[in-house]
Amino acid sequence: MSLKLTPLHSAHQKLGGKLIEFGGWEMPVQYSSIVDEHLCVRRAAGIFDICHMGEVLVTGPGAEGLLNETLTNDVRRLAVGDGQYSQMCTESGGTVDDLYVYRIAPMEYLLIINASRIDVDVAWLQERICGSPHRSGVIFEDASARLGAVAIQGPRVASFIDLLCAGPSLAGAAVDRASSLKKNQIGAWDRGGQRIWVARTGYTGEDGFEVVAPASIIEEIWTSTLAAGHSACIQPIGLGARDTLRTEVCYPLYGHELDENTSPIEAGLGFFVSFDKGDFVGRAALLDQKTNGVKKKSAAFKMAEKSAPPRPGYAIFAGGEKVGDVASGTQSPSLSAGIGMGYVPPAIAVPGTKIEIEVRGRRFAAEIVKKPIYRKA
Amino acid sequence: MSSQVPADLRYTKSHEWVRIAGDTATVGITDHAQHELTDVVFVELPAIGRKVKAGEAVAVVESVKTASDIYSPVSGEIIAVNDAVVQDPALTNSAPYAAGHFFQVRLSAPAEVDSLLTPADYAKQVGA
Repeated sequence: MSLKLTPLHSAHQKLGGKLIEFGGWEMPVQYSSIVDEHLCVRRAAGIFDICHMGEVLVTGPGAEGLLNETLTNDVRRLAVGDGQYSQMCTESGGTVDDLYVYRIAPMEYLLIINASRIDVDVAWLQERICGSPHRSGVIFEDASARLGAVAIQGPRVASFIDLLCAGPSLAGAAVDRASSLKKNQIGAWDRGGQRIWVARTGYTGEDGFEVVAPASIIEEIWTSTLAAGHSACIQPIGLGARDTLRTEVCYPLYGHELDENTSPIEAGLGFFVSFDKGDFVGRAALLDQKTNGVKKKSAAFKMAEKSAPPRPGYAIFAGGEKVGDVASGTQSPSLSAGIGMGYVPPAIAVPGTKIEIEVRGRRFAAEIVKKPIYRKA
Repeated sequence: MSSQVPADLRYTKSHEWVRIAGDTATVGITDHAQHELTDVVFVELPAIGRKVKAGEAVAVVESVKTASDIYSPVSGEIIAVNDAVVQDPALTNSAPYAAGHFFQVRLSAPAEVDSLLTPADYAKQVGA
């Protein structure tokens, strides 16, 4: 099967990006080096190609009801121009996907979903719509091919984002300029006669924005952003640093922390499950887990001695017994230490608990730590 | 992007280099290899005294992204390892042919050296 290419593929090649396969896509893993790019986002600014991610539009008088039956969070909390993180679960509480929902108009929602889950999510949502009392009032569009996106992240991004979308917003959150957006807000601007959406969200733990725009103008936005952010020392950032950045702040990655056998309660994402909004898919199973406890729980850890970096799949030991597996693990460029997340019994998932990570048959000392592993000073 | 391929060394397809002095081979990874790995954060070297065969995985080098096995290009006994690169793995990136070397082998089959890649062969392989 040939790999899918984003509209920025030739831009990555021009910049010398090292391309790898990621979830069926050919994407840049790094341009200069993972550590260099990681620190650039923590200290200045970086731009990421996230065109591989999926966009779904759910519109109509039935959209709110349909989404509240299907997702864990309560979309009724969203004013126009607000976004929220949410999960989509199976009846047994497993996670179909984790996603962002933006209410971009009174009866219009934009969902940003994981690249590797687009086909599954679209089928899942369509089936939900067919079985919903709201079906006649819902228009569904998988806009993943039509739309692209970039993430612009880092402490200096707010100083130049307004150069990319001049003046007040035209829809969504009513703001005088993009840099006035609050965290999780989204607004629309015009760029060359085309509508672009700018949200103050990201996957790095830094301030920043994500821009969703027609695929045809994504390369122009990418190039303009690199120019606008030049004096802020912006760099293009690959998937390698995207992974180290999100691991430091303990954001889950679907396929690592989340899958159809893992619930948001087990993942420590219960904050995004709204039990008081009425029924939704998975509610009974999730409520049972919340009330009666879970068998496994996501925990963050940090290596306590010099070791090889922990990697996904490595065994976690406590008290001489295997208690779980590493879900995500890497060398933290900010902390210069091995860090990760994994699933262990709840009694082990307590900050301060001594554990060991097995690397090539040898066990190295580590400790369960509070999330996030890295916090800005 | 051209990488350095010193003329006085021999090479393997798996990107190790060998410097021969008498019956001793000094081994490391090439400039091309360190460039591909970038950000080396961990190096695990064999025990001194270990008998190794040519082509045997004897060390591990880890970048932020991946772990890679390092193969001994020659057969013999490990007589020294570079503790400096274990303490400061970034030497692999900054000085792959000097301070960032990995270990030394006392050759048990010196004729093996003749079958290693010449600088010209290796340069061709990596497009240097």
